Amino acid sequence: MDRNSLNTDKRNIVQGEDEAGFGVYVHWPFCLSKCPYCDFNSHVVANVDQRQWADALTRELEHMRGLTGPRELRSIFFGGGTPSLMEVPTVEAVLSAIDRLWGIHQGVEITLEANPTSVEAERFRGYRAAGVNRLSLGVQSLDDRELKFLGRLHSAEEALKAIGLAREIFPRLSFDLIYARPGQTAEAWARELRLALSHAADHLSLYQLTIEEGTAFARLYERGAFRLPEEEDAAELYRLTGEIAAEAGMSAYEVSNYARPGAEARHNLVYWRYGDYAGVGPGAHGRISGDGKKLATQTLKMPGEWLAAVNAEGHGIAALEDVSTAEQGDEMMLMGLRLEEGVSLSRHAHLTGHALDDARVDDLVQKGLLLREGDRIATTQRGRLVLDALLGRLLA
Amino acid sequence: MTDLAHIRNFSIIAHIDHGKSTLADRLIQLCGGLEAREMKEQVLDSMDIERERGITIKAQTVRLDYKAKNGEMYELNLIDTPGHVDFAYEVNRSLAACEGSLLVVDASQGVEAQTLANVYQALEVNHEVVPVLNKIDLPAADPEKTRQQIEDVIGLDASDAVEISAKSGIGIPDVLEAIVNRLPPPKGDIKAPLKAMLVDSWYDSYLGVVVLVRIIDGEMKKGQRVLMMGTGGVYTLEQVGIFRPKRENVASLTPGEIGFFTASIKEVADTRVGDTITEERRQCAAPLEGFKPAQPVVFCGLFPVDASEFEDLREAMGKLRLNDASFEFEMETSAALGFGFRCGFLGLLHLEIIRERIEREFNIDLITTAPSVIYHLHMTDGTVQEMHNPADMPDTMKIDHIEEPWIKATILVPDEYLGSVLKLCEDRRGHQVDLTYAGSRAMLVYRLPLNEVVLDFYDRLKSVSRGYASFDYHIEGYEEGDLVKMTILVNDELVDALSTIVHRSRAEQRGRAMCEKLKELIPKHLFKIPIQAAIGGRIVARETIAAMRKDVTAKCYGGDISRKRKLLDKQKEGKKKMRQFGRVDIPQDAFIAALKMDEN
Repeated sequence: MDRNSLNTDKRNIVQGEDEAGFGVYVHWPFCLSKCPYCDFNSHVVANVDQRQWADALTRELEHMRGLTGPRELRSIFFGGGTPSLMEVPTVEAVLSAIDRLWGIHQGVEITLEANPTSVEAERFRGYRAAGVNRLSLGVQSLDDRELKFLGRLHSAEEALKAIGLAREIFPRLSFDLIYARPGQTAEAWARELRLALSHAADHLSLYQLTIEEGTAFARLYERGAFRLPEEEDAAELYRLTGEIAAEAGMSAYEVSNYARPGAEARHNLVYWRYGDYAGVGPGAHGRISGDGKKLATQTLKMPGEWLAAVNAEGHGIAALEDVSTAEQGDEMMLMGLRLEEGVSLSRHAHLTGHALDDARVDDLVQKGLLLREGDRIATTQRGRLVLDALLGRLLA
Repeated sequence: MTDLAHIRNFSIIAHIDHGKSTLADRLIQLCGGLEAREMKEQVLDSMDIERERGITIKAQTVRLDYKAKNGEMYELNLIDTPGHVDFAYEVNRSLAACEGSLLVVDASQGVEAQTLANVYQALEVNHEVVPVLNKIDLPAADPEKTRQQIEDVIGLDASDAVEISAKSGIGIPDVLEAIVNRLPPPKGDIKAPLKAMLVDSWYDSYLGVVVLVRIIDGEMKKGQRVLMMGTGGVYTLEQVGIFRPKRENVASLTPGEIGFFTASIKEVADTRVGDTITEERRQCAAPLEGFKPAQPVVFCGLFPVDASEFEDLREAMGKLRLNDASFEFEMETSAALGFGFRCGFLGLLHLEIIRERIEREFNIDLITTAPSVIYHLHMTDGTVQEMHNPADMPDTMKIDHIEEPWIKATILVPDEYLGSVLKLCEDRRGHQVDLTYAGSRAMLVYRLPLNEVVLDFYDRLKSVSRGYASFDYHIEGYEEGDLVKMTILVNDELVDALSTIVHRSRAEQRGRAMCEKLKELIPKHLFKIPIQAAIGGRIVARETIAAMRKDVTAKCYGGDISRKRKLLDKQKEGKKKMRQFGRVDIPQDAFIAALKMDEN
């Protein structure tokens, strides 16, 4: 199912890619329970003083505004953790701070990640009223037994209800599914995916289960408690996923993301197109350009430490790194080649000061892993599935 | 000086793990050679590698002062000897420097092949041998059976063997009494001209070369001008002394004694083991018989993984050679691996030790190529060439025939494993010479081509016998063989470092095995990689490494690009540990691993 030519009309999904855009990321680090597969910065805490957190996030946003200067805002993303544990006034406070600092004009995408439990669903209308216009639901599976294995607190029925409700309330909706689970057959996955597609709006994130260091799954996996599909089978599942999603009119515009044309996640496109973003909250990352440099920011990961730092100094930034031009080139490539639209070679050359090795590019094109058209290169479907190794070949 | 009647010089013969070093430790302790706080395990094994592997590589010596039960003081000189076949020549010279040996046998294990070979060497130089049964306190110990075995297998009277446990300290005084009462004192004439045997030498960064000597006649003193009769070198002695085991200078060394001297000698290569040392002005009538110098029998290429470390490698080899004249090297260029060295070793263990020391002590990652023996190429023009690198094989049209070295191997094995050992020997083109039994153990004598042995025969032997078989060999001579050069092509490109010489009858099997091994060893790439084994232009085996199908981070957002970039950096780092052949990355350890046969 490899494409034979570059899908050039995908190039300008939102705006010209030369301006990859600017977004704000807000990290809410709390969860009701820790999922066994998740290695994101999340913490189970009984009582969170939401007022205090709203104030701290606001202060850190103010600090970030000092670093970015005035920028045209394209998107806002509440991630976590579980942002749907934020009370509505907290979301309101954060959005009003962002509006004050950068301005939220019409058309800014505002996404919030939510879990589909009934308790959280009750807040949907409040979030919408606060300005959230896109919901990303952590459905993960539509099978109760699988949900249990994945450590999720909701049922398949609750998930479908939440999807229905969200579709009524929000103009845009996406949800996540995890596949290539232990023992999952191609038939079972195809059934589950078709069911999901029948409920989906216009965007889905479909991730293959991976074992991340330090998670409960990592310990179980090491002990041999379960096995993951073999490389060949996983590749086949991926191919099948693309095929079924395409039947429903959704194409893989990124390695694990599927959307109808125009429904792509603008915020994530900022990352993948190597744009700028300010990240606030514990363990958030940022990339901020200015004076010909690119700054990488990372905040303190532990919620208590972050909060104390913000209260004392106005921000929780733990690491502020100048990303070298060579590193910028690598980062741009490793993000951009995840996208179907690929990357611009001249932009890469402009960033790094030298052109990419032509012979290496040609070699990968010849192997059917890269497509090259004019100034752009992009991965084929086969190439995208071996992107990590491909990057090693291209850049190392 | 000590009068001859109160000197005893002895060495300890034992198989690995039978407790030689522990016994030596105990003897030193009991004679007060070291305070308790200075004792550490295996005092005489001074190199880290010796301690870790539980082996002795260099001969070591220690003088003990022992007050015997008869009330008299004795000077006991212990020369510790290596226990591995690769270092057999070192055993030889150590044995030649003394009059008696302790034969230490683990009473729970019995006699092993290596022990056998060393005892015969000792008997050949007319040693008095005292059998010592060690580990008698183990539940599995069977002193009676072991005694019987010593008599049956070696033909040595073991009725008055000393029973000990070196670990628990049982019976150690009996060993010392046996040394005094049963071993003969040395002979010699202090008034005769100096005549001393050069037993060993090594490089010390403070003292230069330290020479270990056994005095036969005369006296050796500081300031003396000595002549090395073999090399013709003349030196002025700077320090003369003994080891207890700490170095201690003495006024002189007299007949029967073992000690050292230093004389501003720059390299170990300037000294020849077995040489006779005499006084320049008053020379002895005739030199000692001497030893044949040890000849390398196994050759391989050592290349730095990081090509920029070539000069460092040269320096490291030079330094190691200062201390080990038996190790040879010369520069080699490989199309695949760039600049490196072709090195000669006494055996595989020797190779491994040198390699490990370079990696550990000098911090240089190495690629080791297939070990090879020396082949004699009889050319059609009547000349004979030596070849120890398959890459150097001339056009086969110009070769009339090839000869390869054969060994005679002695293997001792419990009879339940005999079948597997016989199969192994047959698989390696062996010819059975003899098969005898001693109790429940078989003693096998086989003739084997050395090229079937160098790489992994010993590992395989240990594996098929669950560690119970023991092995010893010596080279017998050269014989014609139907040998061919097998080359390996990876992704259609010849990798010269993987070329080997094999017997025609084994070629296809070896080719298949190597291709299968390489398929496991080379990681998947973005493209499929054919691996082929060829003889001349003919492909005899082929495997294909399938192209990688999936290798991608599923989830990549939250903006944490730094982590992804670090993964990429790690990938770049990992690439440095690989060698690129055309477009294929081959891991550095694949070159040796590809040759090891599982034979299962």
